[in-house]
Amino acid sequence: MTLWGWIVVACVAAYVTKLLGHLVPAAWLEDPRVARIAGTLTIGLLASLTVTNTVSSGQELVLDARLGALAAAAVALWLRAPFLVVVVVGALAAAGLRLLGLP
Amino acid sequence: MTTIPLRRSPAVRVGLSVAVATGLYGVSFGALSVASGLDVWQTCVLSLVLFSGGSQFAFVGVVGGGGAGAAAAGAAALLGVRNAVYGMQIAALLRPRGWRRPLAAHVTIDESLATSTAQTDPVEQRRAFWVTGVGVFVLWNLFTLVGALAGDALGDPRRWGLDGAAVAAFLGLLWPRLRGREAGAVAVACALATVLVVPVVPPGLPVIVAAVVAVGAGVLSARRGSPAAEGEGLEPDVEPGAGGGLGADGGPGAGRDGADRGGAGRDGARREGPGREGVGRNGEDRS
Repeated sequence: MTLWGWIVVACVAAYVTKLLGHLVPAAWLEDPRVARIAGTLTIGLLASLTVTNTVSSGQELVLDARLGALAAAAVALWLRAPFLVVVVVGALAAAGLRLLGLP
Repeated sequence: MTTIPLRRSPAVRVGLSVAVATGLYGVSFGALSVASGLDVWQTCVLSLVLFSGGSQFAFVGVVGGGGAGAAAAGAAALLGVRNAVYGMQIAALLRPRGWRRPLAAHVTIDESLATSTAQTDPVEQRRAFWVTGVGVFVLWNLFTLVGALAGDALGDPRRWGLDGAAVAAFLGLLWPRLRGREAGAVAVACALATVLVVPVVPPGLPVIVAAVVAVGAGVLSARRGSPAAEGEGLEPDVEPGAGGGLGADGGPGAGRDGADRGGAGRDGARREGPGREGVGRNGEDRS
């Protein structure tokens, strides 16, 4: 399937998920286990996406300027910078480290 | 209780400021998306129709890392699971009917849930939900387009550190959820699992492996039923990365179970954006 096809799949899945929450009897989702699993799922996926975007290049593990971006972003978050600032700090760190000759 | 005039409504004010803050970082999504290889149209369709920040970043993050479309769609769909829980809460809180129902479902996101559950007056709850939801939708899409066009003009994304921006964006989305030991443990376990499987499975799949680990952790913790884990990590991101500390007073057990069946604000008040009305609403019983 083309990328467009998967975009449509993702869009439909996202909307159906939201609508489901609105339509199913409240009791179904009020089971605390559902909420807890939705919570750990979100955390796990975001942690994994952070890591893959930091150290993976295709199927290889690579240490490069992105690691510096991760560290800089962590410091910015620690200092309670707003999201947009954090993103810019990450970009600046990666671009700066590459200017200094890092891969 | 008399209704607060629209012009002086705190819900409207909070909703608008959250919409501006969130909408602005649509720029980073737009730029990252085209840097990941999507075109401007595909980028805009994601913001218009998928419309859930974390899922959108996940989709382009997997594609940018060389993953298959199926893995990208899978990661995006799984990250959207929390929206079903939000939808149930919104349905209980506002009871949208008729044509408003499918619309309310579309703008059921982290931000609209957090601002509406932070209000106590039903009229204000409704205003907060719609002002935030529609406001974020309009601005997020506008700034996505700006970012996509700017990203297209930039050329080589690595030279501008856009891959570093992606790393920072994911960490920024994760950060506010890392409250408490259990959330941290889940994050570390999933990060480790990811590093271990990257060299052995095709790109895109490590995220799905991490999802399996995360669900396993969720099932285990639910079975143990430790009260400290209640609602952990389920808090919506009103201002992703804005410190997470705003009124983070929802101590152990202030999670879902504390909310009454009428669906009054769970712990959504915890990190309500501008932080004024957010503090100290936990466990408030309004049935």
